[in-house]
Order: sequence, then C-alpha cells, then structure tokens
Amino acid sequence: MGTSSQTSDFFPIFIQFLVAAGFVVTTMVATHLLGPKRKSKVKLETFECGIEPQGNARIPFSIKYFLVAILFVLFDVEVIFMYPWAVNFKTLGITGLLEMLLFMALLLTGFFYIIRKGALKWE
Amino acid sequence: MKDIQSASNVNIVQAPAGFEGPGFFATKLDHVVGLARKNSIWPLPFATSCCGIEFMATMASTYDLARFGSERLSFSPRQADLLMVMGTIAKKMGPVLRQVYEQMAEPRWVLSVGACASSGGIFDSYSVLQGIDHIIPVDVYVPGCPPRPEQILEGVMSIQTLIQNESLRRRNSPEYKQLLASYGIE
Repeated sequence: MGTSSQTSDFFPIFIQFLVAAGFVVTTMVATHLLGPKRKSKVKLETFECGIEPQGNARIPFSIKYFLVAILFVLFDVEVIFMYPWAVNFKTLGITGLLEMLLFMALLLTGFFYIIRKGALKWE
Repeated sequence: MKDIQSASNVNIVQAPAGFEGPGFFATKLDHVVGLARKNSIWPLPFATSCCGIEFMATMASTYDLARFGSERLSFSPRQADLLMVMGTIAKKMGPVLRQVYEQMAEPRWVLSVGACASSGGIFDSYSVLQGIDHIIPVDVYVPGCPPRPEQILEGVMSIQTLIQNESLRRRNSPEYKQLLASYGIE
C-alpha cells in the first residue's frame, strides 16, 4: 500500500458519520412518533414536588457560587493527582516525593494567592 | 452465552415470539415495545410513612429491585413511568399527589402500596384519604400493613405483566380518556 492517501480512502469515515447521525435522528423521530403524549396545563407546569411553584427559577445567582465552585474543582483535581502518587509512593521514592512537593508548592502558592485576594470571603 | 446462562441461575429476557430467517427477525411492535417498557420501569417513590421503609429494603441488596430493571429512581415525574404510593395520604397531601401524577409523562402506571394508600387503612378518620383511587387511577394494589418487600416485588411484577400486555393504542383509546375524565384529569 502506498503512503499517499486519496479522498476515497476517507469514504468509510463518511459512512460512519452518516450512520451515527442517522441512528440519532431515527431513534429520536421514532420515539416521538411511537410514544403516547398528553399535554395539559397542569402537566406542563413547573415541577416543585407537587406544591404550587413559588417565583421564577431564572433568577440571577451570586457570582461567588461560580468562583467557589471553580476553585473547588481546581483543588479537587489536585487531590486526584495525589492518589496515583500515593499508590506508587515506595516505587517513586525520594524523587517522587520531591516532585510532589514541588507540585504542591506551586498549587499552594495559588491557594495562598486566592486567600489573600479574598476569593473565599463570603460576606 | 447459553452455557453462562445454564451455569448460574441468571434469567435473561427472551426475545418475543416472531418469524425468524437467515439475517432477519420479524415480530410485532407491541411485543418489542412491551418488552422494553416492562424491563426498564423508572419508579417515582412517593413514600409518606412506614411502607416507605419497606420500599427502602426492597431497593437494597437483599431484595434488589434492580433485578427487574427498576434501580433508577426518578425524583422528578418527568422521567418516571411508575408512581409508587407508599403510605398514608392525608387529605391535605391529596392535591400534591395528584399534581405529581398529572405531571408524569405517558405512559404511566400507579402502584398503591400498603393498606393506607389502598384504602386508608387503620386511619378511618376525617383527615385521611380513604384510598388514593379517590383522586388518581391505580393499576395495582399491594395489601399489607406494611407489606413485606416480597409483596412489593410481587406488585412491581404485576405492573410488569400489565405493561407487557398493554396495547400501544390503549393510551389513545376512548376508554382510557374516559377513565381519566372520571377523575377530572385532562
């Protein structure tokens, strides 16, 4: 087989895309046609555990939620990185420990920064 | 595949009866849809008292409702297929239950678990609804005060039988519309 590729070589990929999209469209259309439906005013109302809905769900949230959530994800991922290191703690030895200390130092610098910036102050 | 099945007592759902040939299989749509619906019931637990505790046991490892394809509880009526009413329904709770039922998507089934939900039970009182079938249509009643998890499983299996044998046209039939109309449900 030659090293040069032709457009026709990609034909199977095109077919795969077609099948993937076709499957999604077909199942969506079929389920919408096959399933029974009942649309009444009560049915389409907001669900709040069966009691009368209070107010609108589309209210502005405090940006602080977002900041705290993002910071949580950041440090959560950091902890996940520590698991494989902890499992291989003995094999990695002193080099692994130093590398992890460097990694932690970098992140703790960031943590120190956000604390000093007051990102976690709620009031 | 056959060997694995016979080695353990795992019961795998069999394909419905149909016409088989080389490279194709034809059967009734009713059977296929019934089979799929039957084995993927998403229950909405409406647990208000002690029957709810028995339901928790039913979901846990010993009785394991997941064996019947019902491990996924839906706490929103939008994705639920089966409303499991477990416990005393006070008259004040009635409209809430009705709202939850009305917000479920078709097709939907109702399982009334325990004496209280089915008939008011020992609470023959001014404040307690004497059976949820006063406000919503019920498919299967499970007796007991409270019923054992085996009885709840029996109820779910009866619901499965109902689902399997239900015609695809039933939800659009005048009889079904009349049934809902008799409860004042649009």
